Amino acid sequence: MRRAAAALVALALAAPAAAQQAAVTVGTGSGELVVEGSTDIAVFLPVLEAFAATRPDLAIHYVELGTNELFARTAEACAAGVAQADLVISSAMDLQVKLVNDGCAQPHETEAGRLLPDWAHWRDELFGLTYEPAVIVYNRELVPRDEVPATRFDLIDLLRARPARYHGRVATYDIEASGLGYLFAFADAQQATTFGRLLEAFERADAVATCCSAELIDAVAEGRYLIAYNLLGSYALARAAGDPRIGVVAPADYTLVLSRAALVPRQARNPAAAKALIDFLLAPEGRFRLAQAALIVSFGETDDPATATLAGAPSALRPIALTPALLVGLDRQKRALFTALWRSIMASRDDLP
Amino acid sequence: MPERAPSIALRLGIAVALVLAVGGVGVAAAALAYGREAAREAYDRMLAGAAFDIARAVGVSGGDVVVDIPVSAFELLALAPQDRVVYRVIDREGATLTGYDEIPPPPRGAGEVSFYAAEFGGEPVRLAAVRRRFAERAYSGEVAVVVGHTLRARSALAWDIARNAMSLAALGGLCLIVLTVAAVRSALGPLRRVEAALAGRRPEDLSPLTVETPRELRATVGAINGFMARLARRMDAMQAYIADAAHQLRTPVAALSAQAELAAEETDPERLRKLAERIRGRAAGLGRLADQLLNQALVMHRADAAPRERLDLRLVAIRVVEESDHDLASTAEDLQLDLPEDAVMVTGDALSLTEATKNLVNNALRYGAPPVTIAVRAPGRIEVTDRGPGIPEAAWPEAGRRFARSEANPRGGAGIGLAIVRAVAEAHGGRMRFSRPEVGGFRATLDLAPGGAAEGAPS
Repeated sequence: MRRAAAALVALALAAPAAAQQAAVTVGTGSGELVVEGSTDIAVFLPVLEAFAATRPDLAIHYVELGTNELFARTAEACAAGVAQADLVISSAMDLQVKLVNDGCAQPHETEAGRLLPDWAHWRDELFGLTYEPAVIVYNRELVPRDEVPATRFDLIDLLRARPARYHGRVATYDIEASGLGYLFAFADAQQATTFGRLLEAFERADAVATCCSAELIDAVAEGRYLIAYNLLGSYALARAAGDPRIGVVAPADYTLVLSRAALVPRQARNPAAAKALIDFLLAPEGRFRLAQAALIVSFGETDDPATATLAGAPSALRPIALTPALLVGLDRQKRALFTALWRSIMASRDDLP
Repeated sequence: MPERAPSIALRLGIAVALVLAVGGVGVAAAALAYGREAAREAYDRMLAGAAFDIARAVGVSGGDVVVDIPVSAFELLALAPQDRVVYRVIDREGATLTGYDEIPPPPRGAGEVSFYAAEFGGEPVRLAAVRRRFAERAYSGEVAVVVGHTLRARSALAWDIARNAMSLAALGGLCLIVLTVAAVRSALGPLRRVEAALAGRRPEDLSPLTVETPRELRATVGAINGFMARLARRMDAMQAYIADAAHQLRTPVAALSAQAELAAEETDPERLRKLAERIRGRAAGLGRLADQLLNQALVMHRADAAPRERLDLRLVAIRVVEESDHDLASTAEDLQLDLPEDAVMVTGDALSLTEATKNLVNNALRYGAPPVTIAVRAPGRIEVTDRGPGIPEAAWPEAGRRFARSEANPRGGAGIGLAIVRAVAEAHGGRMRFSRPEVGGFRATLDLAPGGAAEGAPS
């Protein structure tokens, strides 16, 4: 792989609570393309390099940001009418939908976009690029093989049947801290009545709500947690590939699928290049690169024992659709109500056991 | 037939095209209006449904108005898949409980459900507002739920409906064109049958057409048949005339020729002079006969062909006197005029009428006894009266028919003269009559208004 020019710059922001910002520039062309995304630089860099190889005229600046900050920046620039990024790619599908709904995106009429399934695009302005399941991650050494939950019902039953082993050792995203966790939890609440029973089971097991995919997976690998619920499958699978302690299950009752959504802000300086990148990511080569980066997870054909349980029924896959319905979860009152419900049930812990 | 007369098919084509064009524009306008209306209604209902859905989820809890927006409301809105969605829940003070602050509240005085337009993020939006009243201890008053979306789905549906309606109309138009072509072909079928019937005829066949025709063509076929009947009459008259003329000319020419032969062998100057005198008389008679035959031909021609005009019969009578044969009417007393003070107007051909009257007068002068009176009577009669015996009553019905002269009226040329009068009378829709006035003598009447009011009036 040709690495034209890759500069990895990590910028520690002044405020320690603020999200870490990292940036990278790929290519040395004269045209500037600013991409802001929530995807880890390390994961996304090969994809960007593949694109840069097809467009030597571009210098692509990729800035990695947390989803909330990404939204705030983009919305602010939109309201002020100033240019910020040329392309915004975020895993916070709901926030991306809100940006489009608020008129912050410009249309990109592309054949590739039209060929996407209905749930994966909206208004010719928002395109779902990736295919990442929400999975259950478990520790393969500490969770007996016959106790690995294949469905949410299994998980509920397991927590009831083995309260001693799993007490305080089940974790999920803290939905107040993680936009992704909130998105998954809210989607769970829409999907089935299981959600209420699951929360009850979590409460009984004194489940932990904490932050951030990487930390959660680390904790599972190290055995501090035995099971982590609703983790982003792309990261989990990438980790599982290099860590035999980690097992991944796509729940067979239903598996939520997240699709990182891309939009071109209305004030983009270089919309043509941004649209070219979208087209690249929707074309076969881009799909291949995204799959290599584990951002497109294919189900059904894998010999890897760690991911064997992903071979679930495709009918159980529930992609989160890019529709205005996602706006409901963002409604301030709805969010307050939902978070209050969550908080009333889940114990929030800052320190790990 | 004018050269550039457009074909019936072309005329109908133009008419149908005009109807279709006008109708098409009308249908398109109506379809668009209907499509817009239908789309508006459909999507307004959807908006209202979503607003009601949200309004039902508004509750009062501990003094606060709580809105638990149901996802179903937004799933309903997502039925317009390409449209941006706006919403706002407003309390009695006009403060936003949740949603977009920039969405305008429903207009004052609006009912429980109201619809209005606004703009959001540079795009026009259609809004539905639903009011819900609360009468709780903690909150008493209204909450307004406003839900809206951009207009893409509406326009798309409106166009879709309009397009469907228009394609149906276009299909109808196409059917109409096909039907018109078929109808024109079928309607012109009888014409083609008439054409074939006429084309297939022998030239001398002037019998009426017997082709089966629809009612609309009966007048045309009637006109053709009438024309052919006239043509047949003319042909008959012509043939009769030729036979007549030959017959009339043969005797005097034979006599003339015989006398000329006698004269050739005569040696005595006195008898030769007498013979020459007789030949001259015969020749003059022959000349008059030829005149009359030519007149008759002229009148017969004019009877069918000459244009009719309004004319005063008194002028006809005056003209007859002016042009009368001065050899026959030696004195003014011999020929008298009896005219009314008012004009006697008829529709006819002045020349034919003059010629006919002249014939009557000449007959009276030649074969009757003076004085001869030409009288004009309303409503349309010319009477020629003389003091002589005239034609015997027994010959009246046959008088004026061809060949009637030799038996009934051995005096020669009078037969042709009467035939002219009769032809003129009949061509004018009238008739020739004879009568005997109370004072004696003979009267021939050219009556152009038979059955008229003046029929029985004394002369």
